[in-house]
Amino acid sequence: MIKYFLMNLLLSAIWVALTGSMYYTNFLFGFMLGFFVLWIMNRNELDQRYFYRVPKIISFIFYFLYQVIKANIQVAFDVVTPKYFFKPGIVRYPLNASTDFEINLLSTMLSLTPGTLIIDISDDKKTIYIHVMYLTDPETFVRQTKTGLERRLLAILR
Amino acid sequence: MIDIILAIISTIGVLSILFASIGILRMPDFYLRLSVTVKASTLGVGLLLICAAIMFPDVSVTTKAIAIIFFLIITAPIAAHMIGRAAYFTGTPLWKDTVIDELEGMYNEETHELESEEDEAEKNQSTDRNIAKTEEETE
Repeated sequence: MIKYFLMNLLLSAIWVALTGSMYYTNFLFGFMLGFFVLWIMNRNELDQRYFYRVPKIISFIFYFLYQVIKANIQVAFDVVTPKYFFKPGIVRYPLNASTDFEINLLSTMLSLTPGTLIIDISDDKKTIYIHVMYLTDPETFVRQTKTGLERRLLAILR
Repeated sequence: MIDIILAIISTIGVLSILFASIGILRMPDFYLRLSVTVKASTLGVGLLLICAAIMFPDVSVTTKAIAIIFFLIITAPIAAHMIGRAAYFTGTPLWKDTVIDELEGMYNEETHELESEEDEAEKNQSTDRNIAKTEEETE
């Protein structure tokens, strides 16, 4: 896993050195090229996890950006119109993520999405308490977050 | 072509900062103010920095912009979390139309430990609700 990533970085560094332009788009292009070369070379290897994980990470970044922009537009609409549409509330959210790193990443993602704010985490690290702006029903909110953000994040990390 | 993209991105960034600052004025209680401000300003500053990175074809500008965005994304949610937690501890009232407050009574009053199950927390249930009854209490 980490071996493939280092090899990929090395290949892109070689690409940058050979083409001679230190611009970041060139580095990204070299990274894509190195990924492709590694993928072809390791077609017969058993450990294919790296080649599934990189596209998943890229699709997760786009999914997260889409969520952030969508929620930002909703909040901005609510700020400029005179009537309040939101129904705030604090929800208990049981965690599937177990290690500190997973919880940290999940709560950072949740905090950066407009409309949700982490208030606190329980001392046994099993639940977090989230302040939600648009709360129709606590169960639907928990289910949506579990099947959306948390499932995608854990698919990358595990 | 690249000018048009830059104009669109920077307009979105500036607009989100503007809405965040209007939100500080208009939101009815503390948690909603915090909620609106932190995310929108992170997005706005991030988009403006991305614009600067595209605008100047220089490696040092790009690396600095990426580093600033990285540290902003790491630190802003933690700051929001700590401010919100401190506000809940000191009993800042929630807005009067708040639907549900599942955090209520979950803190151990003496040790400030937070329980995850409801039945464990029932023994240190506090009687006063944190949701404000009238408009004036939130002001």
